[in-house]
Amino acid sequence: MVDEKKELQKVEGSYDVKRIFTPSVDIIERKDDILLYADMPGVDTESLDVTIEKNVLTIYGKVKYDIPEKYKLYLNEYDVGDYKRSFTISEEIDKDRIQAVLKNGVLKLVMPKIDVVKTRKIEVKEGN
Amino acid sequence: MNKLGGDNMLWSDLEKTGLTLEPWKEFERLSRELFNWPEESVEEFPSVNLWVADEGGIITTELPGVESKDIDISLVGKTLTIKGLRKEEDLGEDDTYLKKERWYGNFKKTVELPFNVESDKVSASFSNGILTIELPRAEAEKPKKIEIKST
Repeated sequence: MVDEKKELQKVEGSYDVKRIFTPSVDIIERKDDILLYADMPGVDTESLDVTIEKNVLTIYGKVKYDIPEKYKLYLNEYDVGDYKRSFTISEEIDKDRIQAVLKNGVLKLVMPKIDVVKTRKIEVKEGN
Repeated sequence: MNKLGGDNMLWSDLEKTGLTLEPWKEFERLSRELFNWPEESVEEFPSVNLWVADEGGIITTELPGVESKDIDISLVGKTLTIKGLRKEEDLGEDDTYLKKERWYGNFKKTVELPFNVESDKVSASFSNGILTIELPRAEAEKPKKIEIKST
C-alpha cells in the first residue's frame, strides 16, 4: 500500500492551484503499533497518496467536487480543497509494514512497531 | 532532520498546526476540548454547501467516518434536517491518544431552503464521506419562460 519511492512533486505539479487543508487526525498508540486516523472526506483510493521519505510520512489526498455547471452556489459554509499533512515518524516504526485503509473518507494507517526484545536477561556465570 | 517534538516524541507535525487549519474548525476543536461538546448535539454542525439551479438544489456536506445507516435526513416544508452520529474509535485499555483532533458524537444541521421541494423526488447519496442531497424544485415554483408572440 505504501510506496516509498513515489515522488510528491508529481502529485503537486499535476494539479490546479487549489486550497490545501490540513486533515484532522487522531493518533493512538497501542502496544504493538500506532494507529493514525485522518479525516479526508471526498478522497478515494485513486486520489490518495501515502508516501514515506526517510523518516517523513506524508498523506496527500486530491478531492473531486463535481457540481453541474448550471448550479450556482447559494449557501457556502465550507470550502473544498485537497488534503496534505506530514509527520516525522520515529525509528520505532517498521516502515515496511505500514498498512493503509480508506473508508468513508477516513484514512486509517496501522504502523507496527519494530519488534524489540523488551528485557534481555544476562546470564551470570559463576567465576572460577 | 526535524525535531520539533524532541527526541522521544513518536510524532510531530511538520506543519505548524493552527496556521494551516481552518480557523472555524480549529475553534470547534478547541471548544470541544474545553466543553466536551461531543456528548450533546452540536447545533449547526456540520457545515453545508447549497447549490441552486432552476430545476432545484444540491446540498453537500462532509461526514467522514460516518456510516450511511447513521445518517437521518428529513424534510418538513422548506426545512431540511440532517442528523446522525459519528462513533468514536474503540480503544483498548492500554491504548493512549497521542493526538485527538477529530470530532465525535451527535450532529444536527438544519437548512432553510429557498424554494419548495418535490418531496417524494428527493434523493441522497453518500460516497467517500460526502453526503449529497438532490432536491428537485416543486413543479409550481420552477421558473417559466414566457413566450412572446409576434403579431
